[in-house]
Amino acid sequence: MTTKVGVVVFPGSNCEQDVVEAVNTVGGSGELLWHKDTCLGDVDAVVLPGGFAHGDYLRTGAMARFSPIMGAVERFARDGGPVVGICNGFQILTEAQLLPGALYKNRGLKFLCQPAVLRVESMDSVLTRGLSIGDELKIPINHFEGNFICSEQVLEQLRDKNQIVFTYRDNPNGATADIAGICNENGNVVGMMPSPSVPLTRYWVAPTVLYC
Amino acid sequence: MSTAFDVAVEVSLRDGIADPEGLTIERALPALGFSGVSGVRVGKSLRFVVEASDEDEARTQVEAMCERFLANPVIEDVDISLSPAS
Repeated sequence: MTTKVGVVVFPGSNCEQDVVEAVNTVGGSGELLWHKDTCLGDVDAVVLPGGFAHGDYLRTGAMARFSPIMGAVERFARDGGPVVGICNGFQILTEAQLLPGALYKNRGLKFLCQPAVLRVESMDSVLTRGLSIGDELKIPINHFEGNFICSEQVLEQLRDKNQIVFTYRDNPNGATADIAGICNENGNVVGMMPSPSVPLTRYWVAPTVLYC
Repeated sequence: MSTAFDVAVEVSLRDGIADPEGLTIERALPALGFSGVSGVRVGKSLRFVVEASDEDEARTQVEAMCERFLANPVIEDVDISLSPAS
């Protein structure tokens, strides 16, 4: 049976079509969900895509966290459903406290739009089960607030519970411990700043998801 | 009977968290001839009016707003000022 992936559209999201196309490319079925919906239907997984949900007003993800659909996303996540937040989606997941920490302005205050080399650090997340620790992936980043910040205590927990999913080979934004992506304790909620959907779409001219 | 209170909330980055905006401004100042400036931190300021029965209730409401929405306690601190609306 085809895996059905719900992709949530907030006002200001702009990567939802990339995600739908990427999901379809790998054999799933992507379906858009509007942020004012209050149920997820029969989806098998949820993606919060990149963009500028609610214009990033107040803080990135701060308004989106209270969109009506987020109640259903939280229940789905707490029941073990796979939820992936990409870029702005990662910021929303931290604001919703489905993931720890916060994303803040990049060191150097530059908007970064470039390929980044990631190292897979954990196979315990829904996104990296098929990969191996130490695998390197080249995936583009496209963000201004991708600098992951957390307390020492949270960092220790992330390390102890194997929740660091990806690190940057060359930290581009000042993120604590080079963190590019994390997951919750159960591994079913994943947030990452780089956008793995972009290289899978026809709009991306160069084939850039490469093992390097 | 409720009273209106002017509220000022200053949101700032918590101590110990690097502030790239503050740092950039600090580095720019000497080039403009302003020397001897240090410790620049950038935050934001929110102003609004709250109706409540008394100042304590108003403060409790504003603290709850900050906790849930106006600030992110992972990276930000808040400073709340209240006064009867003029």
